[in-house]
Amino acid sequence: MGVHEPLQPLVESAVSLQQVTKVFGAGQSLVVALEGIDLEVPTGRFTCLVGASGCGKSTLLSLVAGLEKPSAGSVAVVGRTALMFQEAALFGWLTLQKNVELAIKLRGESNRQERKAEAMELLELVRLADFAHHQPHEVSGGMRQRAALARSLAQKPDVLLMDEPFGALDAITRDLLHEELESIWRAQAMTVLFVTHNVREAVRLGDEVIVLSSRPGRVVERISVDVERPRRIESAAVAGVAATIADRLREEVRRHGDH
Amino acid sequence: MAITDHSLDTALAGLDALELTGNGTARGRRIAAAVLPKVAATVLFFALWQALVASKWKPEFVVPSPFTVIKWMGQHPSDLLHASWVTLSRGLLGFLVAVVIGGVIGILNASVPVVRSAVGSMITGLQTMPSIAWYPLAIVFFGLGEHAILFVVVVGAAPSVANGIISGVDQVPPLLKRAGRSMGAKGFSQLRSVVLPASLPVVFSGLKQGWAFAWRSLLAGEIIVVALNNRGLGTLLQQNKDFLDYVGLYGVMVTLFLVGVLVDSLGFGLADRAIRRRWGLVEGR
Repeated sequence: MGVHEPLQPLVESAVSLQQVTKVFGAGQSLVVALEGIDLEVPTGRFTCLVGASGCGKSTLLSLVAGLEKPSAGSVAVVGRTALMFQEAALFGWLTLQKNVELAIKLRGESNRQERKAEAMELLELVRLADFAHHQPHEVSGGMRQRAALARSLAQKPDVLLMDEPFGALDAITRDLLHEELESIWRAQAMTVLFVTHNVREAVRLGDEVIVLSSRPGRVVERISVDVERPRRIESAAVAGVAATIADRLREEVRRHGDH
Repeated sequence: MAITDHSLDTALAGLDALELTGNGTARGRRIAAAVLPKVAATVLFFALWQALVASKWKPEFVVPSPFTVIKWMGQHPSDLLHASWVTLSRGLLGFLVAVVIGGVIGILNASVPVVRSAVGSMITGLQTMPSIAWYPLAIVFFGLGEHAILFVVVVGAAPSVANGIISGVDQVPPLLKRAGRSMGAKGFSQLRSVVLPASLPVVFSGLKQGWAFAWRSLLAGEIIVVALNNRGLGTLLQQNKDFLDYVGLYGVMVTLFLVGVLVDSLGFGLADRAIRRRWGLVEGR
């Protein structure tokens, strides 16, 4: 397993969006969620997207995941994607293990024993092996998100898309999950596209932070985070970069107050 | 400095332990909590009945004492058991046919919008139709016999089953469907792995309602279609009335009630509770 080198030169893009526009509704109720988005997500890197409400972050992930089609422009993804949501979106009638197994089955693995073994390995990876036979409602929110992460990994994604996955968790749990996600990302050499409204979280995790404007969403800035890993969310270095981005976001929000 | 891998392990384990607290109640206490109120209600009912008899509001041959009725039931156990079995098996057969037909109609309506707008509202219309209104037509079609009853039972129960599936599928959270699609489930696999299981609690209440309709239609049928070889509870009820055996009439009524309660609490009640618990819709484990 190679050690991830955060500053390696950009080789290729795992996700590439060109002039992507997404419009919902029509006539009076027409909403332009995204307009003219150009975005390159480098392979193997951890890229964070931040933006205020209404910047179309979730729409963007749906487009990349192929759940929706762009109204204009093109979306290109190299390899398979998996999408993880703010709420775990686990299937409540299945145990954690069966949830992971289902993802493996939908991926096309037909051997039942293989599915079982792989699910257990993944649950071990997110340190939930002891809770494999619990139902989602029997475990805590943080554990559900770890199970959801295991389920996403079960899809063997080349690109992991995360839609504010830790937004609903308390600060201590979130810190621990940052550690965990980072170590899994390093080990699996995946590309991660992580959406959040929490600027510090973005700086804590990302090789690069992309700032989106609101209504319609556009890329207004790309900031590469040159803070050495391992990072801590409380560190001055993280806070410094976060402050710059927060200022940029505030500017965006103010722009909407003007009219 | 970030915490090391080992301490991350223990930190997560500690957090998990803190967040999970046991909340199970003792099994014995749970059963007692379920059974005792029912026993109390039954005792109260019989007490009120006895009080009515004691008040001499009607002569004893019209309103016999509950003790007389229970004694009569004790004297005719095989008749009652046989009739209960005949009625139950008729009901079960009709219900199963209704589940198949209603199930297909429900799934078609839930997944094909054109079908939904064409016949969706008619299903509710059918559901509100009193099943006894179907008997004249059923008798014209099938003659006085088992088939007429089966027809009405199916027509009575199928709309509830279909409607249960339709509203169950409607209530599946979009997030779950999105999760399914993002994992590559579509069409049939999405229906089988995500939509149907997610809607099962609501679908099940449709089944329960379907059974209630089937049971009502069936009893009406057994009373109307008397020329049956196999005597069910409805036939027995009608015969006891005709032969002026009013104690017997009460005896069959009590049996009917008991069978209804047993099927509801033991059959549907337990299954309902199991589903709700597994789906995380009730507190406790």
